Amino acid sequence: MQRHLISAADLTRDDAVLILDTAEEMARVADRPIKKLPTLRGRTVVNLFFEDSTRTRISFEAAEKRLSADVINFTAKGSSVSKGESLKDTAQTLEAMGVDAVVIRHSASGAPYRLATSGWIDAAVINAGDGTHQHPTQALLDAFTMRRRLVGRDAGLGQDLAGKRITIVGDVLHSRVARSNVDLLHTLGAEVTLVAPPTLLPVGVETWPCAVSYDLDSTLPKSDAVMMLRVQRERMNAAFFPTEREYSRRYGLDGERMARMPEHAIVMHPGPMVRGMEITAEVADSDRCTVVEQVANGVSIRMAVLYLLLGGNEPAVAHPSPSSESRTTEEK
Amino acid sequence: MSKTLIRGAKVLGGEPQDVLIDGTVIEAVGSGLPTEGAEVVEADGKVLLPGLVDLHTHLREPGREDSETVLTGTRAAASGGYTSVFAMANTFPVADTAGVVEQVWRLGQQYGYCDVQPIGAVTVGLEGAKLAELGAMYESAAGVTVFSDDGKCVHDAQIMRRALEYVKAFGGVIAQHAQEPRLTEGAEMNEGVVSAELGLGGWPAVAEESIIARDVLLAEHVGSRVHICHLSTAGSVEIVRWAKSRGIQVTAEVTPHHLLLTDELVRTYNPVYKVNPPLRTERDVMALREALADGTIDIVATDHAPHPHEDKDCEWAAAAMGMVGLETALSVVQETMVDTGLLDWAGVADRMSFTPARIGRATGHGRPVSAGEPANLTLVDTAYRGRVDPAGFASRSRNTPYEGRELPGRVTHTWLRGKATLVDGKLT
Ligand SMILES: [Zn+2]
Repeated sequence: MQRHLISAADLTRDDAVLILDTAEEMARVADRPIKKLPTLRGRTVVNLFFEDSTRTRISFEAAEKRLSADVINFTAKGSSVSKGESLKDTAQTLEAMGVDAVVIRHSASGAPYRLATSGWIDAAVINAGDGTHQHPTQALLDAFTMRRRLVGRDAGLGQDLAGKRITIVGDVLHSRVARSNVDLLHTLGAEVTLVAPPTLLPVGVETWPCAVSYDLDSTLPKSDAVMMLRVQRERMNAAFFPTEREYSRRYGLDGERMARMPEHAIVMHPGPMVRGMEITAEVADSDRCTVVEQVANGVSIRMAVLYLLLGGNEPAVAHPSPSSESRTTEEK
Repeated sequence: MSKTLIRGAKVLGGEPQDVLIDGTVIEAVGSGLPTEGAEVVEADGKVLLPGLVDLHTHLREPGREDSETVLTGTRAAASGGYTSVFAMANTFPVADTAGVVEQVWRLGQQYGYCDVQPIGAVTVGLEGAKLAELGAMYESAAGVTVFSDDGKCVHDAQIMRRALEYVKAFGGVIAQHAQEPRLTEGAEMNEGVVSAELGLGGWPAVAEESIIARDVLLAEHVGSRVHICHLSTAGSVEIVRWAKSRGIQVTAEVTPHHLLLTDELVRTYNPVYKVNPPLRTERDVMALREALADGTIDIVATDHAPHPHEDKDCEWAAAAMGMVGLETALSVVQETMVDTGLLDWAGVADRMSFTPARIGRATGHGRPVSAGEPANLTLVDTAYRGRVDPAGFASRSRNTPYEGRELPGRVTHTWLRGKATLVDGKLT
């Protein structure tokens, strides 16, 4: 593992499997009456949120608290803090306070990278979503959810997602979730297909390690998991597509389309879901839809990442996993 | 007046000769010129060029004196071998009246490091809506001949047409910053594989090319001169080449950084690489070099864009766009054009002095190195190699992408009308 988690692309296959395995151990803690480990006692973690995201912040906070870390929440939405120098100023303040890890969410792509590499701060940096760039813990929790559902909870330990066919549908252009997932799922051996209108696919997508299709219907029968991305209504005004109705018809997931998926296939969504546009209530409420599990898995994944980045050399809870040996050899 | 003898310099890269300066002019060029009464500058092996002319400099005064002033900017220019710079109009207030351009011009005269030729805004306040008083700026003491809304594009086709037509009355030229505004909304770097990966808003090549295509057609239609600022794409080169083959009066410039750097560097998210137009791909860089060599691109211009440290020491999205360039331009041109065999030193003199002076009608600059001409000269130690250390810059700002990079060549002396502004690499 590297010292920071900035991009899903930075993770090797063994790193990623180690995180998933560690998260599996962390998930067991959630089943206990006292959901707390002493692991990060005396360590300080700051949640530095320059962009609003209650869900992600709460998920990190829960993870930090379950590991007994001291938690500082710094929310800096809007106001003067959107000015450039304040990221540096804030970083230096945190540095002076001796924090061990910074979980950062920022509207500017690359802000966590700058924080980690500019010498402003010495703490471990965890990217909790930056602009349209990356959201690596989201990709990890998605992969964790897929592995549990498609490979199996215990059968999945030490395993990747080799050969699984994952379809990601919607606004790929503006989605850090899509970027992170393509990187991580490819590393884990899955076959990814992006489905979107051409206006919502980035220039250069042909160089990504995935397939691209404009047609959802032909892709569904070949999918083990279908991940629906959120489509913001304002994209319509910016002429990315003509109308909401047309978008739903061509790229929305309804019951009829879900029926074309294989029996075992799951439906995923990074949330928050806006029922109607990209996903119908019927699909969202079906037991093939993993949205609620994804939220729970998010806490386990974030616990695993914090634990591993903040120097967890031993398995967090249980016995050594088979991959811990390969990890030391892969370490750079 | 004092005399200076520059001994054994390779004039425009040719055979070693002596050049004798008497007062403000070159008295003689030849071998074995007498040294009596002259201060001798040993120039053995060095290349002597006409003083460089930069058609595209941002001096920031008035209004952003924390970034640069006419004094610090002209000292940087002298350090880089320049004797004339054209100062862009995007100051505060905007240089859109005779009063502002005269002020800037006078400051240049007063300090005496480098002539400053102001560029006038095309439209009032650079707002793109209403023509500025182009004629009044031409008739002012500054004698403005180049007009530009640089920093912004004159995107309204009708305003662009009128501006091109209007300046014909006094032989002016419109220098266009070609950037289609709608296609570059939210743009932060070159649109392509790297921007897609980094999640940074893309600035597509077509946003530059479509404006250039439109403007050369407008220039043809009204029979006027258009100059295209900082070409950055292979497609732009093709359009200019086509326009020239049709006889359209178009000239074009390329910056040193677009001859050397690519968008791969943006992977560092280091805002020192954030510039407008953005760094493009290797393919674009190669096309620009070839076009400069074959004359499709007429000149090198620095687009020297100083910014204070705090405007760059932040995250990419918040950072200002631009790089300083006056003090490294010649080195980058040597590396990319001379050391690669694409251009000889006579070619460099053409692209960095003769032709920019001709485009901007800077009559006292870009003259041959021969007897009777104004002694605007630059002496270059072309054998030198060293790492760029911005701590030594004369510019008030240090936002260079070359910090720590090894580059060839070093300007050792600069003379402005016979007066040394730079001696042994030190400003006078
Ligand atoms: Zn410009």
